[in-house]
Amino acid sequence: MTHALELRALRKNFGKTEIIRGVDLAVEAGERVAIIGPNGAGKSTLFNLISGRLEPTSGEVLLHGQRIDGRRPYEINRLGLSRSFQITNIFPKLSVFENLRCGVLWSLGYRYSFLRFLSNLDDANERTEELLRQVHLEKKRDVLAMNLTYAEQRALEIGVTIAGGASVILLDEPTAGMSKTETAHFIALIKQVTVGKTLLTVEHDMGVVFGLADKIAVVVYGEVIAFDTPAAVRANARVQEAYLGSSVADAQAGGH
Amino acid sequence: MTKNVAHDGFEPVGSPAGHAERARASQPVAYYRFKPWNIGRVLIWTLFAVGLIVAPLIFRSSLALTMLSQIGYLVIICLSYNILLGQGGMLSFGHAVYTGMGAFIAVHAMNLATKGAVPLPLVTIPLVGGLAGAGFAILLGYVTTKKSGTTFAMITLGIGELVAAMSLMFPGFFGGEGGVTTNRVYGTPFLGLTFGPQIQVYYLIAAYCFVSTALMFAFTGTPLGRMLNAVRDNPERVEFIGYDTQWVRYLAFIIAGFFAGIGGALASINFEIVNSSDSLSTIRSGGYLLFTFLGGATFFFGPMIGAVLLVLASVLLSELTKAWLLYLGLVFLFMVMFAPGGIASLIMMNLRVARFGKFHRLWGLYGALVLTGAVMVVGAAALVEMIYHMQLNAALGPKLNFMGVELDTSSVASWAGAAALLVVGVALVEAVRRRFVAVWGHAQEEIELEVKRRETA
Repeated sequence: MTHALELRALRKNFGKTEIIRGVDLAVEAGERVAIIGPNGAGKSTLFNLISGRLEPTSGEVLLHGQRIDGRRPYEINRLGLSRSFQITNIFPKLSVFENLRCGVLWSLGYRYSFLRFLSNLDDANERTEELLRQVHLEKKRDVLAMNLTYAEQRALEIGVTIAGGASVILLDEPTAGMSKTETAHFIALIKQVTVGKTLLTVEHDMGVVFGLADKIAVVVYGEVIAFDTPAAVRANARVQEAYLGSSVADAQAGGH
Repeated sequence: MTKNVAHDGFEPVGSPAGHAERARASQPVAYYRFKPWNIGRVLIWTLFAVGLIVAPLIFRSSLALTMLSQIGYLVIICLSYNILLGQGGMLSFGHAVYTGMGAFIAVHAMNLATKGAVPLPLVTIPLVGGLAGAGFAILLGYVTTKKSGTTFAMITLGIGELVAAMSLMFPGFFGGEGGVTTNRVYGTPFLGLTFGPQIQVYYLIAAYCFVSTALMFAFTGTPLGRMLNAVRDNPERVEFIGYDTQWVRYLAFIIAGFFAGIGGALASINFEIVNSSDSLSTIRSGGYLLFTFLGGATFFFGPMIGAVLLVLASVLLSELTKAWLLYLGLVFLFMVMFAPGGIASLIMMNLRVARFGKFHRLWGLYGALVLTGAVMVVGAAALVEMIYHMQLNAALGPKLNFMGVELDTSSVASWAGAAALLVVGVALVEAVRRRFVAVWGHAQEEIELEVKRRETA
């Protein structure tokens, strides 16, 4: 059977440094997977390899059974994979509405058209209004993205990511830099907007991880050392040794 | 478009099915489309058209007509340049390649048509130029738009130099140092117009100016136009929402090339001569950049102001003083430092203040700024003119006429007087400026609060 997303013996070297050292991972459609691991373990690199930002040194990435490694980010996106960024990555001089509409356009087949007006694209505008409501930014509709608060920008980031209706969503530390209450709201929002989709998220906050994920992948030094349900991962001796018991995890626990 | 033809402009958006779906989402149908006529927009475009039509009736001298003609095609060129700079974030140093090539192809098309080799009436020549501009943009733009930012700027500079240098190697096509001449009066008159008299040429330019401006404005409201803004803001993110950034830039580059070619062709019709060392030069490209920036790249209409300034500076200011390029450079310098959004942004910022009813506080300060600024400028200009006089016209004696006053470069009094004016002017301007900044900042704070209040209300 085909998985929504599958990594096979994926490797990435920067010069002589091995960052990703043979990752195998198979995510079923509709699963929510959290990727955890200490700083520098290669979580973000993994996302960059999957989304086409980086090209793997060797190995394969399959989206719904189709090879996507080595493809350009926009090609991968058109095949139904969308990602957000750890550092907010939106269009600062466009309004919230325009930001979201940009995310919608390709998926509705408007491509590079310059022979029709945006204001007449009823389906795109309706979808954008719906997205505005989903990420609770209706009141900021015409505000430039650069004038939003940090939490609003993060919400917009999610909105742009899901706008194209991709079936596989990658969220890179969606709650980074948020306060505890903001984080709680935000997790609820993420759950809402990704219903029925395959979700991969990099997360540091253990509370979030255990609340959000069906499965957890633990990445340490460029390898997936465990990939299982939260309870099983918690009980996994290797994980406890390598990650949860480490000083990093202690610091994390203390920090939140 | 066809979807809405049957409606009178007032209709709930969405099908009955969509209705039910939204009702389930506990959100009422939140918006209606009601914009059958955008009154403000119609008014502005009507005013623009009327302005183009009546301008030569108000400014009747032949100099004015020459200037109006130049403004007409420079508006097209500066707007086309702003598709790259303002809308796409592409700093091009080679826009003259596309205006210039449009002009050369147009001249050759006119000459061929005169011989009867091609059936092209004069009114279609700008389109020929436009297609030439687009064609060269297709040819050269693919390499140019491969990268954005600094790399893009460097490549445009290189290609600009390349084309300019190459033009001297093909005198058959580019006419060498002397350029290529033509005669715009050929064939059968179009609706009784021979396009011999300048006024007829002006109206040809004005017609193309209006249509091109409208088309370029329409472009800003299309999917490609919006994605171009997105590419300007954050090219990396665009790649992750399904768009190939190079393709977006390339298509925009071709469209800009098309309108640049139209502008170039109109210029060649206007002057009946094209010269490669002028039309294709990097200096020309730099001029488009400079005045587009001065007019304001962040608003659609900014480059139109830039085009007007370009003609005023190159025709009038250059008549008034030999030091006009120095003044121009200083203005550009101050603009980059204090108002990077150009004149258009200054206008829009003040309109915003006026819309919130706070402009009355600024009248006096603006008056004071103008007066004190005038003192400063007169002082500085007197010094500059005296220095220029010593350098260029020393043989004519030490005396020169400056704004009706006789200055003497050999007398201490002239120098001291000018310097005193400058010092006093600078001091006064600085005093007024501080007061202005305080009042302006206060008004902005009040506006921000007002905006917040409206948002929450």
